[in-house]
Amino acid sequence: MKLFLIFLSAFLVNNIVLMRFLGLCPWLGVSKKTSSAVGMSMAVLFVMLMASWITWGIFNFLLFPLKLVYLRTLTFILVIASLVQLVEMVFRKFLPTLYSALGIYLPLITTNCAILGTTFIVIDSNYSFLNTSIFAIGTACGFGLAIILIAGIRERLTIAPIPDAFKDAPIAFVTASLMSLAFLGFIGFLGLSI
Amino acid sequence: MPKTHPGKHFVEGIIKNNPVLVLMLGLCPTLAVSTTAFNALGMSIAVIFVLTLSNITISILRKIIPPPIRIPVFIVVIATFVTITDYTIHAFSPDLYAQLGIFIPLIVVNCIILGRAEAFASKQGVVASIFDGIGVGIGFTLAIFLMGVIREVLGSGTLFGYTILGEGFKEKPVIYMILPPGGFLVIAFLMGIVNHLRRGK
Repeated sequence: MKLFLIFLSAFLVNNIVLMRFLGLCPWLGVSKKTSSAVGMSMAVLFVMLMASWITWGIFNFLLFPLKLVYLRTLTFILVIASLVQLVEMVFRKFLPTLYSALGIYLPLITTNCAILGTTFIVIDSNYSFLNTSIFAIGTACGFGLAIILIAGIRERLTIAPIPDAFKDAPIAFVTASLMSLAFLGFIGFLGLSI
Repeated sequence: MPKTHPGKHFVEGIIKNNPVLVLMLGLCPTLAVSTTAFNALGMSIAVIFVLTLSNITISILRKIIPPPIRIPVFIVVIATFVTITDYTIHAFSPDLYAQLGIFIPLIVVNCIILGRAEAFASKQGVVASIFDGIGVGIGFTLAIFLMGVIREVLGSGTLFGYTILGEGFKEKPVIYMILPPGGFLVIAFLMGIVNHLRRGK
């Protein structure tokens, strides 16, 4: 039950994009078509899980015992940057179909603050390995939900009559405001809070 | 890139190429910590500090950084200054540290800073890089501070903690504004206004 609550909290109540404001750049940049939104969320799910596992291990077995906690920011960003490179190379060599689907989104993930933010939240919350995995999956699903929903809405918005000054990004943020308001409704659901 | 007067970069970074409202960089901290004017100001001082120092360091080292590994080098430089900022704020202002939370270490993935390192500091001299860093930093400050003022005044009825819209409003403010949806709405309207002004010229 506790694991399910962690998942639900990361997925809906503390939605990474709409409640925590992390990962807004890819959320805005890759949400013009539903197909690319799906590709991006798959890439995020994969990298987020890998990054949480590796940084969890590095922090708990290396940085913390050796009293090197102040190197956390530096280590985590380097781990994520090299992980993305590695994943890209492995995909290109062994999974060419997956690479052609996700390839262009992978480099963008390095500067995706949702990934680095999730690894920090995991460490700050003192999660166990299992909790970390569930939290990372829930967060990535929350990102996927948010980006796929907005992509569907933006596809329709292109044919809607919108004032010129509000075209593209501003109207996407107005939509985000309404979506975020809807997600506020999940607060208190099963006793979960922000 | 031809050499130009340093003052020009300064002005361009603030208004014409405002990093947040025009180029749409650094959106996450702008939305997340702009619930009060004080938090917004604290965040922008941290960003100006990191941005200027990383610009100076990268500009000094630009001739000895091998081009193929320049991005990892930039990230290490930026992460170092972010760690310094993180611990300084933690030591001198624990309240602000608690408010800004993980958004201080996350300055390291703020696209504004890596963007300026790649597009400007790695090609230009030290003095121009300092002006660029401060100019872009003030552009960021302008956007986040404006957001902070609007959201604090409407959402809490105060400005820097002082009541300004009367006691009646302070008791029943527009709480919507300091919740996440309010942040999205305010930035949508600021971007719309900036778009409109740019179109008019």
